[in-house]
Amino acid sequence: MKKILCVVESAYRGTQEEQDDAVLWFTHALKNGGGDVGILLRGNAVNYAVAAQDPSGLVIGKFSIEHPANPNRDLLKMKQAGIPVHVVREDTEERGIARNSLSQEFQLISHRELPGLLAQYDQVWHW
Amino acid sequence: MAKTLTICIMEPPYESANSTTSMRIIDAALQKGINVNVFAYEGAVSLTVKDQKPHPNPVHGTSVEEEKHPTTKELVAGLFELAKEKGVKLDWINCGLCVDERGAGNWIEGPRRGGPADFHKWVQESDATLVIPTK
Amino acid sequence: MGRYILIESRDPYESRDVPYFYDLAAELATQGERVTLFLVQNGALASRKDARGDLLGRVLQNEVPVLVDSFALRERGIEDSERHQSVKPAEIGSLVDLILAEGGTKVLWH
Repeated sequence: MKKILCVVESAYRGTQEEQDDAVLWFTHALKNGGGDVGILLRGNAVNYAVAAQDPSGLVIGKFSIEHPANPNRDLLKMKQAGIPVHVVREDTEERGIARNSLSQEFQLISHRELPGLLAQYDQVWHW
Repeated sequence: MAKTLTICIMEPPYESANSTTSMRIIDAALQKGINVNVFAYEGAVSLTVKDQKPHPNPVHGTSVEEEKHPTTKELVAGLFELAKEKGVKLDWINCGLCVDERGAGNWIEGPRRGGPADFHKWVQESDATLVIPTK
Repeated sequence: MGRYILIESRDPYESRDVPYFYDLAAELATQGERVTLFLVQNGALASRKDARGDLLGRVLQNEVPVLVDSFALRERGIEDSERHQSVKPAEIGSLVDLILAEGGTKVLWH
């Protein structure tokens, strides 16, 4: 079976209306269907690794968004389901994200290690 | 035996050059006798909506007929015709949940409804996969 | 040794994230992978030889073939005389050929 790495770099895109990150959701669906998948967070999507996110409480007009996406929680579930989650270290550093604010379950990886990570997969989907 | 290329697209119509380039790639592949699978995810499900209408151009002073505005549904319909002419397969799936949330279910002849499992099956079976994201 | 087709659609002067993709191409090449960088859409704006900053420098120094969609050049009025001579125009059909040339090719779009 082809092993697939999903690179996520665009964060909080429609996540309130969708109540999911579309790419995380899709990747988890593939896993549920028996796929062999991994996740790499880079660019602003490294913020998904921050543990203390609270997307709740938006009300637009009369509509209250009851179940907004919580990408950190979703990634933890994906990790529990056997999907490895990697996070580009330099992208967290340039955004000033403290190491101890990140969920410890995810693996930090340096830019230099990216070729090695890509080599472990048959396909790399850059979302 | 003809090769097969699987493509995933995400852009809604008229918003990004990604849609144009993805259709150029599909066109080029079909012209070369390559089978193509297209998985339309998120906004891309609106590419095939039957209710699209071309419009005149008041800034240029052209009528509907003169403007010949290309709707994406016509571009996709043309790709299906090309596939038929070349004797290759164009299989187009609109992601069902994406269709539902956008109310984009009234589409032209050709596409069918599906989901991530269909895309995964294609990926495993085809010669190459290209994912064209949105930003 | 793996094979990669990296497709850059964005203008490096609009998005500071584009150099990451060029660096990825160069890094893959230094680690012995076979890489081609294909510029499409506003990615073609990097192909002028007088574009500031020599952003494609490291990619080219690592002998990564850099191709640019000929339609994107024409659409943007980038003449042959303006184009960096190491960046070669190519038809979109060539991109399809590259993607399908070998099994196991990884295709990344940015």
